[in-house]
Amino acid sequence: MTLNRSLGLTLVAAALLTAYGCGKEEPKQQAAATPAPTAAPATPEIVVKIGHAGPTTGPQAHLGKDNENGARLAIDDANAQGIVIDGKKVKFELDAQDDQADPKQGTIVAQKLVDDKVAGVVGHLNSGTSIPASKIYNDAGIPMISPSATNPKLTLQGYKDVFRVMANDVQQGSVIGKEAVTSLGGKKIAIIDDKTAYGAGLADETEKAAKAAGATVVAREYTTDKATDFKAILTKIKAKNPDVIMYGGMDAQGGPMVKQMKELGIKAKFIAGDGVCSAEWPKLAGGAAEGQYCTQAGLPPDKMPDAKDFVTRFTAKYGPIQVYAPYAYDAAMTMIAAMKQANSTDPSKYLPELAKISYNGITAKIEFDDHGDTKNGAITLYKVEDGKLVPMAINVGGKTEKVAADAPAPAMAPAAPKMDEMKKDDKKQ
Amino acid sequence: MIAAAAGIAAPPQAVENPDWRLRGGRGTRVDILLQQLINGLTLGSVYALVALGYTMVYGIIGLINFAHGEVVMIGAMVSLSVVTGLIGMHVPLPPIVIILAGLLVAIPICMAIAYTMEKVAYRPLRKAPRLAPLITAIGMSIILQNVALIVWGRNYRTFPTLIQPTPYNLFGASITDLQVVIVGLAGLLMGGLVFVVQRTRLGMAMRATAQNPQVAGLMGIDINVVISAAFVIGAALAAVAGLMVMTYYGIAHYYMGFLLGLKAFTAAVLGGIGNLAGAMLGGILLGIIEALGAGYIGDVTNICGFPFLSDSLQQQCVSNDGQVSLFGSNYQDVFAFFVLILVLIFKPSGLLGERVSERA
Repeated sequence: MTLNRSLGLTLVAAALLTAYGCGKEEPKQQAAATPAPTAAPATPEIVVKIGHAGPTTGPQAHLGKDNENGARLAIDDANAQGIVIDGKKVKFELDAQDDQADPKQGTIVAQKLVDDKVAGVVGHLNSGTSIPASKIYNDAGIPMISPSATNPKLTLQGYKDVFRVMANDVQQGSVIGKEAVTSLGGKKIAIIDDKTAYGAGLADETEKAAKAAGATVVAREYTTDKATDFKAILTKIKAKNPDVIMYGGMDAQGGPMVKQMKELGIKAKFIAGDGVCSAEWPKLAGGAAEGQYCTQAGLPPDKMPDAKDFVTRFTAKYGPIQVYAPYAYDAAMTMIAAMKQANSTDPSKYLPELAKISYNGITAKIEFDDHGDTKNGAITLYKVEDGKLVPMAINVGGKTEKVAADAPAPAMAPAAPKMDEMKKDDKKQ
Repeated sequence: MIAAAAGIAAPPQAVENPDWRLRGGRGTRVDILLQQLINGLTLGSVYALVALGYTMVYGIIGLINFAHGEVVMIGAMVSLSVVTGLIGMHVPLPPIVIILAGLLVAIPICMAIAYTMEKVAYRPLRKAPRLAPLITAIGMSIILQNVALIVWGRNYRTFPTLIQPTPYNLFGASITDLQVVIVGLAGLLMGGLVFVVQRTRLGMAMRATAQNPQVAGLMGIDINVVISAAFVIGAALAAVAGLMVMTYYGIAHYYMGFLLGLKAFTAAVLGGIGNLAGAMLGGILLGIIEALGAGYIGDVTNICGFPFLSDSLQQQCVSNDGQVSLFGSNYQDVFAFFVLILVLIFKPSGLLGERVSERA
């Protein structure tokens, strides 16, 4: 018996060690693999840490990893350039943390990044984690640039250290609400959100815009960002007979949701925001997303000023882009550009430069307004065709411009094969 | 104010649906209620199947095997891998055969995991204080989750659309063939388990061990075999439940077993843990409670229906078309645990009673 017990405990301990060891080591190895730039031996080298926070476990892990890899690629690129700041050669290191998309964990991770003395933070992925974490960074005087948190509140808190590189939900929600009425022909609209800062915020903005465009909101239902069963709320919505169902939330819920809509025989059109609008969504929906809509903050990759090279390199290294990787890349690059401009990696010294920066990013020209919001935010409406996201319309600064689908527009051509490649890669996995 | 009163008295949807046959009293549509019952029944059958695994183990050794939900997850993941593998090889097989193949691989693997788990983690602690095996069970659950994270990755995995469920119309509600299969198969398996426990020698041995392991041992029953059998049978049911959940929702991920396991555990407690019939009843009831709860809580807690409202609330009601709810449908997952608390307070032995209560 005693022998058995000690054997059992040893096995348990061994298994635990293996599990945790494997889970944690990955980022370190990759960070270590960062090629040390070769340069003149005379210049002294300093290490500058840039933090990244996003969920790398849980239902949004694919999105968190996507952001992290975007930032990692930026760090690798910066190191390859061999940047010299204030006479010292700078080696950037990514300090990647997992916030589990949980506001509580978000603040813990933020404090850890502050304790690690990072020079700046790229993140967080979610609005729900970014907003509480932003206070911690602001108090510590560390600039944060979120590549994907779109809730308007984030930049309205009066914090000087908080920036974001994509359009916020006021703009996105108003586009979703307007498109739901004009393009999708919705008179009666049902709205579901996942009760997170992002989902609820986006749904509220959509509701306002849809009402302003003359539609009635016939149902407002709620779920959570961990749910998989939506039949009860969809059944309730079915009774109200809407033309359009809008969802404010993430793709892990948006996929099963459209599938269950179809099974319940709901004929309404579906539209959702950037959280749903990933390459993964049509797959998660098991074919049911066909002909449905979603929006992304930002331009489609082929319309971005300079993303072609990024897309190729990222896809080769980490697999298909989910949604925000290019923004994470830009966020990190903008931060580094501000350090160069200020000739200092000290947060208090490069922050003023960051606030007035004008940097040609791969997603757009990055300039911040007084709140720290991007000045050049765009929203793109996508439709799922043959399991791929096809851009339908682009909204920049409140003006909508249709992307001609029929015309053999040369601009469209590169997009299609790119999406094809992404699909193929997915299948290989 | 008059407009407000009118707006509340006649919600817009009441006017818009002229089909009076579909309308029950108080604006409750019968077809919608039926639909919610169908949703709940499907979900409930899966809960029941998983709850059986909890209840069998508890009935015999008094252990709450918290790792059981993870066995469901592994069952789903293994069959997913087999199915995607077979499709990748372009084997010309009908979809149903591919799914069965997945199941036939998943069942033995789940059984082996449950057997090993019992032998390595629980058997050495059988005579230890009750808290020790309970904590070990939580540890096993974490281990299995992390193993799955390493093997299958952190992303949501999609189940290939082999079968496109066809919805059928049942008195205005929609029911898919997949739902019928899930409920039917769950019923068959539960019937089979009851037969095994009540009519076979193994079942008799299980019942004897549950009553008194020492005496059963003295009567020549190998308790270790019986306990292993309880784990292994539960795991086989869990594998089937895992495949069901995955085909139903079309997705699987490494921690899907956690919430499912907790809910099945709640179902087992609701019916009376240790009691087979109780687990089935509890599972189906819990599924229905969740569906009805999520479907109607918004209307039930709609404060616009109350006669005395402050002016600001009345204004809110008008601007929200007479819908201001205290609780929304995001409380769907809370119902299960609310039920658990109620049962533990008012009827700790569950609806049908704890069959082995004399043991405690």
